[in-house]
This record gives sequence, C-alpha cells and structure tokens, in this order.
Amino acid sequence: MKLLEYSSKEVMKEFGINVQPGFLARNMEEVRQAIDKLNFPVVIKAQVPVGGRGKAGGIKLASNKEEALEKAEKILSMKIKGIPVKKVLVSEAIDIDREFYLGIVIDRRSGKAVVMASAEGGVDIEEVARTKPEAIHKLEVTPRWGLRPFEARELMFKIFDDKKTALKASGFLLKLYSCFAEKDAQLAEINPLALDKQGELWAVDAKILIDDNALPRHPELESLRDMDYADLKELEAKEADLSFVSLDGYIGCCVNGAGLAMATMDIIKKYGGEPANFLDIGGSSRPEKVRKAMEIILRDPKVRSIYFNIFGGITRCDDVAKGLIQAFKELNVKQPVIIRLTGTNEDIARKMLEESGLPLHPVKTMREGAIRAIEMAGEKPLI
Amino acid sequence: MAILLNRDTRVLVQGITGRDGSFHAKLMLEYGTKVVGGVTPGKGGNEVHGLPVFDTMREAVEKTSANASVIFVPSAFAADAIMEAASAGIELIVAITEGIPVQDMIRVMEFLKEKGTRLIGPNCPGIITPGEAKIGIMPGQIFKKGNVGVISRSGTLTYEIVSHLTVADIGQSTVIGIGGDPIIGTRFIDALELFKDDPQTEAVVLIGEIGGTDEQDAAKYIKDKFNKPVVGFIAGRTAPREKRMGHAGAIISGSSGTAEEKIRAFNEAGVKVASEPEEVAKLVKEVLK
Repeated sequence: MKLLEYSSKEVMKEFGINVQPGFLARNMEEVRQAIDKLNFPVVIKAQVPVGGRGKAGGIKLASNKEEALEKAEKILSMKIKGIPVKKVLVSEAIDIDREFYLGIVIDRRSGKAVVMASAEGGVDIEEVARTKPEAIHKLEVTPRWGLRPFEARELMFKIFDDKKTALKASGFLLKLYSCFAEKDAQLAEINPLALDKQGELWAVDAKILIDDNALPRHPELESLRDMDYADLKELEAKEADLSFVSLDGYIGCCVNGAGLAMATMDIIKKYGGEPANFLDIGGSSRPEKVRKAMEIILRDPKVRSIYFNIFGGITRCDDVAKGLIQAFKELNVKQPVIIRLTGTNEDIARKMLEESGLPLHPVKTMREGAIRAIEMAGEKPLI
Repeated sequence: MAILLNRDTRVLVQGITGRDGSFHAKLMLEYGTKVVGGVTPGKGGNEVHGLPVFDTMREAVEKTSANASVIFVPSAFAADAIMEAASAGIELIVAITEGIPVQDMIRVMEFLKEKGTRLIGPNCPGIITPGEAKIGIMPGQIFKKGNVGVISRSGTLTYEIVSHLTVADIGQSTVIGIGGDPIIGTRFIDALELFKDDPQTEAVVLIGEIGGTDEQDAAKYIKDKFNKPVVGFIAGRTAPREKRMGHAGAIISGSSGTAEEKIRAFNEAGVKVASEPEEVAKLVKEVLK
C-alpha cells in the first residue's frame, strides 16, 4: 500500500520525525481553514499518486492569504499526468539551506533492509543512482540487531560536513528506521531531508510503501489508505482477495497465477488484441472467488469477451468450474466466455461444465484461447 | 541424477491437517514421493492418509528421519514454521505459503544462513524431479523425465511451459519454482549453480517476470560461468509501467526491472528468449541439436 505524502508524514510524525505544521484540504473551504491556522509563507502541494508534481506546477509557495487561495484553487483544478488533483497539503514553508536524501528499502539481492543516504537530495534519486552512483552511500542492516546508532552516525558523518548536524541527522535516521521496521514498510523515504537556515532538519517530502502482506497486523494503517484515487474495481477485488489491475482493452481476463496472468495479457497483445484487465484469482481458489472475479470483470462496460485461462496446481479446476456455474446462475453474463481449463481435477471440471449446459467456448491451448477471445470480441487477430 | 530431490528424499508436510496440506500430501504420495509424516501443532497423534501427525518438527524428524519438509501453514505462521524446520535439522525446505510479510522473511533468511539450510520459495509451487518425486503442488502428470532443467519465478506459467516441453517430447531433469516474492531462499543463480554440476541436465529453461533484477544477475552468471545452453521467457512485456515495482528497489540496482531490460540482458548472455510460452519448446529443441 502506497501512502501519499500527507499520510507518510503523519506516520513519520508518530515516530518523532520533524515535519512542518500543515493540514490536508480537499476544497477551498478547507484551504481557508488551514491557512488561518498557519504562519506565512505557506507551501501548497498537490497530493497525487504520481511523481513529477513540482515540474507540473503542483507545488507552489505563497506569502499571503490572497496568493495562497489563488494558488490553491489553481492546483485543485489541475491534472497531473492525467490525474485530477483531489486534495492538497497546505504547510508552513521553511527556509531551506541544503537538501539531502534518506531512504530505507528492502534489497532483494542481499535479502536485507538497506539504508541509502546522499548529500544530493531534492532531485530524482534514480537519476543520481544512474549518473553519480558514488554520491549515494549505502548500508545493509543486520536483521537481528536492526540499525545501530553507531552505524547511523558513520553514515551521517559521510554526508553532513557539520558535526552537530550529522549527529542530529543520525537521530533522524534511527527514527526513520523504527518507522520502517515497526510499520512493515518496503520503502520509507525522505526526499528532500532539508536543513533550514537555523540548522533544523525537516522531512519536506516523504514516501512510505507498506508491505501488503503485513497489512493484517497493522489495522491502524487502514484509515490511511487513499480512497480518492483508488480504482473502485481494484478495491473491490482486493477485498475479495483477488489481484486486479484495470487496463484499457476489451478482453476480460481471469487467470490463476500472476505469471500466467501476465503471459496471458502478453499473448493477447501479441495477436493484436487488448486485455481489459489483469486478474489473478490466486492459488487455492474457492468457487466464490471465481464468481466475484466474473462480477468485477462484468462491471467494465468495455468488455466484449471474457477469457478464463486456468492451469490447475493448487487451484482445482472443479472449484473454478463450480464458481463459473454459480456466476452464470447469479449474474447476467452476455459476453462470450472462452475457457481453457487444465491441470488438477480437470476431468471432473470438464464433466461438470458439460453437464451444466452453459454456453461456454472451450479451447485447448493458451494461444488458441487468446485468438478465440479476440475473434469473439469482434476483432481480427494478427496471425 | 537431477538436483536437490530424488526418490529417497524423506518429506514431512507442515500443515498436513489443513485443506491444501492434506490434499497435496495425498498427491505427493501418489506421485511416488516418500512422504513420511506431517506436523500440525496440537494435532499430534492423529493420522492423515495413514501418515503419522506430530506436534513439533523436532519430534517428527526424530521419529521419521525426514530430511525435507514442505510448508502449507497460513502466512501469519509460515515464517515460524520455516525456522522450526531448519531448527529441527531439515536440509531442504519448500515453502508453498503465499503472503509472508517481507520483513519476516528477512529474519528467516538470516536464521537459515546460520543453519546452512536450503529454502525454496516462499510463494512457490515447489520442486519436482519427474519420474522420482515431487514436493509441492505441481500437477505431476504434465512432467516427463529428461535432460532439461527448469527454473521459474511463477507457478502456473511453469506448468504451461512444461506441458509444451512434454508434448514436444522434451523431458525435464528437475523443475524448480523459486517463487514470486521479493525475498526468496533460492534465486535463479543459486539454481543455475546446481544445474551446472548435474550430469543429467543438458539445457536449462529460465522463466522470469518483471520486477527486481534476478534475471539480469542470472544473465551475468550465464555469460561468465555457465556451461550449458539456456532458453528464457519473461512474462509482463505488456504490463503497464506505473504498476511495476517501487522506485527504491530500482535505485539499488540502477535498473527498473522491466521486461525489455531483462530480455536485453538475456540476449546479451546468449540466452534465446521465447515470445510466447509455446515457443520455448521449439527453442529448446534448437539448442539441444
């Protein structure tokens, strides 16, 4: 789960990380209320789930009320990378002297948390990693001990010239690590970590990515889930324990396993079709999940054909068949359903589907299914 | 010879009394795997498919001399189950469970390193040495004994590709599903190292997907050290960019984990990359000529 800036700062604040006083506002009334409680100058920042806000004009400074209202109104009515801005964070601005980077991430290669720190903050850190990798200092955290204070100091002395600031920053980093570890984050990042002219450190922008697998043990984080930009179908799917991503095409896909689901999208595209979604019903799929998957696919009016590609392992084909029969009974399925079922209990499943008399279009191979789904959607496959 | 698993491997099923554990214990037995018992804390003394159930792994290992285990316990308890197996002296652990928090896995990996235990998974379909034994959930009937090793990050996509190999009369030495999580016990390069020394294996199929840099690491290893032909497949060529994995993972490697990048790395290492699952069999035939 990706937390937007204002939520990330909310979480970091709990761990004692210094963030500017500020308020979230969804409309001009809330902007007015926020401004009345803050000292000028203020900074108004669009809260959107994409990067590049600054360049797009989604971050503006204002030195008085009039200016602040005018700029907030502008930001609240703009789109950033095609996404309409639905909320802004209004905070007191600080007088930035220098900008740094602090981040903690799970590194797949070492299987550990890795701290990254750089004196080149405030810019695209991926760009720094590409062009000037030596400017990023890294530290692997020993799982058993966590980040030790001396390790934090060693790292901070590398990026801060002033010793007093380096020590202060070490404290900052330790708090960030606590936040990362206790909240089961996959990423906790402060960019920039700003040093103001008075020598104070601030988390001026923040990003936290929570491990979805750990969410069951963090009920307190549910309230921070962003609902303003979420795709409703994706939320509904998540609730049903399905992995779903909306796409622009017209072939609804229902597949078991993420790899096969991606390969199914790829093969549809290869033969000239366009998938309407990525949908992985997961392993050990109960019939209700299959029914729910069908319901979510049918909610998309663009869908002209539906392709079930199931290769049973832990998923039993008879469970999928049961779910399909249930779906046809309870939902209004008008689109042609192309079905490829193979693997665990496939004979039982095939028999069940035959006896049900449902208008299904069985195919033998994945390629055949893709081509058939394109044809039945009224398009011409590229063969 | 195959790798890691043969007909003499003695397997315990952790979570044997659950729906999936019990179902797949039976399928493993039917395939010929030497399943010697199971563990479910609190259900010791019972029997499942005629197999003894124990309360702890330590007791189970003592009584059965098992040297491998497979984990079907729910995600909240799976990290503990892996550590329990390692602690009881199990040499090969296969974790099928999906949804283990990644910070739990970090601690598990440190623990296993100290014990010297090999873990496959988590979130994986398991391992099979066709004609001998399987540990996990792979549908046995699609495999065929032979000379091609398969390593895959995916479950069902592996079945898809293997079934094409089998239909084309290309048998497999050992097939390993290494799992789709960010932190896994056995990565592509680890499995390649094992296949390198296996005389039965004459070629290897690598099935990768977007995210991370395991495929790029594998490509480098193949180029520098591997001695057998390799065929690759990467899922997610058409996955939308903004849905790829987070940026910070990309910083460490200086890479973004896209399919194009992986395919390029494979090509540069001389690995032939199939454009759809069926094509893998054709390319394997070519490299084995």
